[in-house]
Amino acid sequence: MTDTAAQPAPTGRAARLRSSANREQLLLLAGIPVLVLVVLGGWVAWRLTADLDDIEARQLAWDAIGRLTWQHVRLTVVATVLVLLIAVPLGIMLTRRGFSRAAPLVVGVANIGQAAPAIGLVVLFAIWLGFDFWTAIVAFTLYGILPVLRNTIVGLQGVDATLVEAGRGMGMSAAEVLWRIELPLAVPVIMAGVRTALVLVVGVASFATFIDAGGLGALIQTGITLFRTSVLVSGGLLIALLALVVDWLGRVLETAVRPKGL
Amino acid sequence: MTDQPISGVDLELVDVTKSYPGQERPAVDGLTLHVPAGEIVMFIGPSGCGKTTSLKMINRLIEPTSGTITIGGDDVRKQKVDELRRHIGYVIQGGSLFPHMTVAQNIALVPKLLKWDDKRVEARVDELLDLVNLDPGRYRDRYPRELSGGQQQRVGVARGLASDPPVVLMDEPFGAVDPITRSRLQDELMSIQSELRKTIVCVTHDIDEAVKLGDRICILQEGAQVAQYDTPEHVLAAPANRFVEDFVGAGSGLKQLTLTRVDDIELRSWPTASVGEPVAEVLARAGQAGESSVIVLDQRRRPRAWCWVRDLEGQDRVPPPAGDEVLGVDRRATLNDALDDMLSSSYGAAVVTGRRDEFLGVVDFASVTRHIQETAQQVEASAGSGPDGTERT
Repeated sequence: MTDTAAQPAPTGRAARLRSSANREQLLLLAGIPVLVLVVLGGWVAWRLTADLDDIEARQLAWDAIGRLTWQHVRLTVVATVLVLLIAVPLGIMLTRRGFSRAAPLVVGVANIGQAAPAIGLVVLFAIWLGFDFWTAIVAFTLYGILPVLRNTIVGLQGVDATLVEAGRGMGMSAAEVLWRIELPLAVPVIMAGVRTALVLVVGVASFATFIDAGGLGALIQTGITLFRTSVLVSGGLLIALLALVVDWLGRVLETAVRPKGL
Repeated sequence: MTDQPISGVDLELVDVTKSYPGQERPAVDGLTLHVPAGEIVMFIGPSGCGKTTSLKMINRLIEPTSGTITIGGDDVRKQKVDELRRHIGYVIQGGSLFPHMTVAQNIALVPKLLKWDDKRVEARVDELLDLVNLDPGRYRDRYPRELSGGQQQRVGVARGLASDPPVVLMDEPFGAVDPITRSRLQDELMSIQSELRKTIVCVTHDIDEAVKLGDRICILQEGAQVAQYDTPEHVLAAPANRFVEDFVGAGSGLKQLTLTRVDDIELRSWPTASVGEPVAEVLARAGQAGESSVIVLDQRRRPRAWCWVRDLEGQDRVPPPAGDEVLGVDRRATLNDALDDMLSSSYGAAVVTGRRDEFLGVVDFASVTRHIQETAQQVEASAGSGPDGTERT
């Protein structure tokens, strides 16, 4: 900066840039962790002090909870990574010339994938593919594709066509325009889809227990079958907290990868 | 005209046609045009006449159905399309800057595609920002949304010139800014052009802009049929046909004012004062010139403010002006703009600036009216000699 005299106060400029992450967003970014910590703290305090019978104690043992949570997280992360690997390239392809006509068809199929009851999808796949982790992953991946696919398509279509033409007109190849102009500009929309998918998958991962693929859903299932409300509620609560954490991570990621200047 | 070397090259369109399937008549039907090196040609015509299509065929954003386009003798269709475009400047309405890139990144895009080394790119960015009158230190790292419309458009022009292309295409470059900014940008473009002498093809829908910027105007009818291709003077004085006449519209007398550049009339000198200079010296100079006001210049000799002599009396040194506005009109501005400037200032004269906004002198009402009278006499003398050719290819 050469002449600082005429420069607007740097704080003002920074504030203008940051205003993109608006007030609501900031509130959620700061509020969610607090809420999660408070509720989780409450549950831990209850777990430490409550008078539990044999079954409850075994189901709510710390290492059991840890193992189930880890399984749940692993299901979510693996399914989401697969969703990204499939939906983003598919979305890109469906916005390229020549393929764009197929977009409504593919989105329609993805819509069906999501509209089908998740538990039905999981069980049907299990009958077909067997009762294990990867079957659950296939089902959840199909379930989570829609939001990412749709947002990738919408995000790319939302990029100002004159910018794309400007890029081509300046001598960037189609691939360069895609990587350097279209995708960065579509990132905020795509990331919103990724967050939606993450939250969806965390939720449906509770059904994994029905096909022996683990996850915190086991607590709910045991709670119901053995009439242990404490186990049932603990399972529900922990899944909800995990969903909140995942949502929060998604938001952090969204803010972090959003290109500056937008 | 200036004696700067021409950096543009000839551009030639021969029988260029573009037809779209399912459309009865071609969008561009056999357009033949020669654009001499170093000149600005303005494409103008009603919407849908094919002017933008014609422009985009030059850098092959639209592929011609038939015909040849050569730039400096090279057929554009024989070159790799991306490589070709990197050597043709492209400036679009509103600047079309990439919002996620800083000003410097936007300008550096094509030089980087051409694999220039970082040092050279950096120097080029600063040079270009300077050329379009934006302080590099202040604007280099800003994002487009932190700039005004006029500033964005300036960066757009800088980006178009980044790789120093011989040919620059402009698609309604100043369509998205307010009239005052537009006129300032037009002046700047003209002064840049007098320095660089590129071959520029510019699409516009504004006849005043065409008259002001163009060395030649190409008025197009539907199907990109050339209605008239000639200098602005001839288009205004002798429209080739009814279509051109209607298009040029009423008030062509007033438009003649936009044809004369401030450059064409003799500038008057005026006492000046530098910021920080002892007032006594300034007063002496003003007294000698017999003027009751002086023009305050900054370190770069840019005019910054008018100042009455009586306001300076009693002070020790010339105070720095408030704000960061640069006064006056460019020397390539039209008499129209100069008159406007005079009417709005209470000093009866317009400040004229040259390269990089440097102070040159002033024009006043007397010199403008004298010039108008002289031209009127000339036109009268040449009246009856008849219109000359409609096309000069």
